[in-house]
Amino acid sequence: MNKQISLLYPKASCVIRRISTPRARCDSELQPRAKSDPQQLVGVVGLEVHAQINSNTKLFSGSSVRFSAPPNSLVSPFDASLPGTLPVLNKRCVEAAVMTALALNCTINKKSLFDRKHYFYADLPAGYQITQQRRPIAVDGTLTYSILGGKKRSQVIRRTSTIKQIQLEQDSGKSLHDDLRSQTLIDLNRAGVGLMELVMEPDMSCGEEAAAAVRELQLILQALGTCQANMSEGQLRVDANVSVHKPGEPLGVRTEVKNINSVRFLSRAIDYEIQRHIQVLQRGGTVQNETRAFDSKSGETIPMRDKEGLQDYRFMPEPNLPPLIVYEDNASLPTGIDACQAVVVQEIRAGLPELPSIKRDRLVQTYGILPEHSFTLVNEDGLVEYFEAVLKATTKEPRKVIGWVTNELVGHLKQRDMSVSQSPISPSALAELLERQESGHISSSVAKQVFQEMWRSPGKTASQIIQEQDLGLVSDATQLHSICQKVVDSHPVEVHAIRNGNKKVLNKLMGLVQKETKGRADPVLVRAILQEKTS
Amino acid sequence: MSLFSLSAKCTCRAVSMKSHRPSFNLLTNDGYSVTKVENLHRRNRCLQSHITRVTRLLSSEPHHSKVPKVATWELIPEDQLPPPAHLPADLVDQLERLALVDFPTKQGLACLEKAIRFADQLHVVDTSGVEPMDSVLEDRALQLRHDAVIEGGCAEELLQLSKNTVEEYFVAPPGNIPLPRREERATMMKHSEL
Repeated sequence: MNKQISLLYPKASCVIRRISTPRARCDSELQPRAKSDPQQLVGVVGLEVHAQINSNTKLFSGSSVRFSAPPNSLVSPFDASLPGTLPVLNKRCVEAAVMTALALNCTINKKSLFDRKHYFYADLPAGYQITQQRRPIAVDGTLTYSILGGKKRSQVIRRTSTIKQIQLEQDSGKSLHDDLRSQTLIDLNRAGVGLMELVMEPDMSCGEEAAAAVRELQLILQALGTCQANMSEGQLRVDANVSVHKPGEPLGVRTEVKNINSVRFLSRAIDYEIQRHIQVLQRGGTVQNETRAFDSKSGETIPMRDKEGLQDYRFMPEPNLPPLIVYEDNASLPTGIDACQAVVVQEIRAGLPELPSIKRDRLVQTYGILPEHSFTLVNEDGLVEYFEAVLKATTKEPRKVIGWVTNELVGHLKQRDMSVSQSPISPSALAELLERQESGHISSSVAKQVFQEMWRSPGKTASQIIQEQDLGLVSDATQLHSICQKVVDSHPVEVHAIRNGNKKVLNKLMGLVQKETKGRADPVLVRAILQEKTS
Repeated sequence: MSLFSLSAKCTCRAVSMKSHRPSFNLLTNDGYSVTKVENLHRRNRCLQSHITRVTRLLSSEPHHSKVPKVATWELIPEDQLPPPAHLPADLVDQLERLALVDFPTKQGLACLEKAIRFADQLHVVDTSGVEPMDSVLEDRALQLRHDAVIEGGCAEELLQLSKNTVEEYFVAPPGNIPLPRREERATMMKHSEL
């Protein structure tokens, strides 16, 4: 991305080099550098997340919620905003919002109100969206996420972002633009589906933090079951509000970035937008308050045609809906109320499943693994189960197994963009391989080789491959002695150096021995023999 | 009495005039009052129902009207109201854009300003310490619906409502066509008139 910028703005390229990249700025180690440069503009990022509630029916009508269905087949008269229809609130959506709010440490508003947000667009048949602007269902929460920082990006740094409010609102329909015939095709299947809008305070500073926060949010929502949080399917939509300013000064003009379809693109879009703001200001211009769309192909943000200046939504209370009341516990329920008409916060709190952060701590406690390992375990879908299955089938310590799972397995999966469930190596097969290594049949470098071979030919067990390719450790003393002797004889200079006190040269001789034996020599034995021969 | 209340529904302008009219006019079924009624009500069937109601009322006790004999509302003096709102042309343009309503003529604008002035009377009311009410339903319970599918699957019926559909999709013009600016609209209107 920096190369692109230097091509477009050759004069500015030298300036850019002085400003450290946003990613580096996020790293806690580089803080001292930021203070020394007074021209430093930092990015300010606030996210607006729309999470589609995982429910059977829509927020205010009884029509079905499904991802793909024939166009306009999941539409009720209310969704099409036909006259004479009224909204009826879905209890499951309220419970989902309360559950999410509790998981994010929010304060639940016992009484919340519904409003109308007016704007004209073909996929919003009513001309307004029912939302909760004045008094949402929950306010003041926190989202704790972790980014990998430190020298080797292996240190887990905890960050907290404040959630301003969580509100229930309606989704709009889908519009397909047909530029050929200059028309838009409207599908109202999605119109009226319940959304939880999470408005976050602008307390993040770069794309990496935003991406980590959204990833954590995805894990939380998936664990709760309130949202499937799949960004590519549109179940989780993130808009980023980006601005730059000098630390301590008031916030700069912000722009909104939309049309981001994955966590990776989110990070790139935000970083690009921060850079764009910085460049505009460096050139002496002013940043326009506008909405921009992210183009994943070019990695740039482009202004959106349809937005004309600042929108005035003319918020008005929803006259058809009384206030929404949720009750703290069964004791505070008014007499004579039907149980199925009441949402009780205490009950929902009692039914909360294990959240990702708790799970991570539990894994560290139970297995004695490092926090960054448990981070990776919980981050990948199904990896915890895989890890635990391997542990069951092997006698190896969890700390020794974890490296294989988080480095080897995950590395191979990521390379081929596969999920854990698609892994050609089953937990039991990996366990067998580790057993062979543990028992001394093969060395660790050979084990990695066997792993790759197992990946290429699924179905073959580790033992089979070791036998076929004769990869067993050579522990035969006489054979090793003769090889070592050969190496020692052919390298008198090195032997002389070792005898004079330079012990590090021994490693070179070891390397030569390993080359002779094609890496199958037992390193411990080889070292002992060489030391004996060169003493 | 029903005569007056019906007249109030039909033409609001009539209310202030009719409220202080003495009630004995109702009981005399002379042609004069009937004709007056005819002038006010454009529909004949109202007249028919009045005559029947008049005859019914004749048989009851003297009726105590809730409608005051003298007008009870009074004009609020101008000095009590906040200064009149001046609407710059840009604001009018923005309002037209937001609500998609048209104020093409000076009369329309004058009507809007008068309406705002009328609403300014609300400022005279002292609302300190009063919790604003935004819905008459505020003390009713919000009904919660069980999460089960009970409607949908009526694509054909819905599509029939639109005259322009393509393969089960509704058709709309591309994107959001922004309302042309004031000057452009004036020229467009002139052209359409020609």
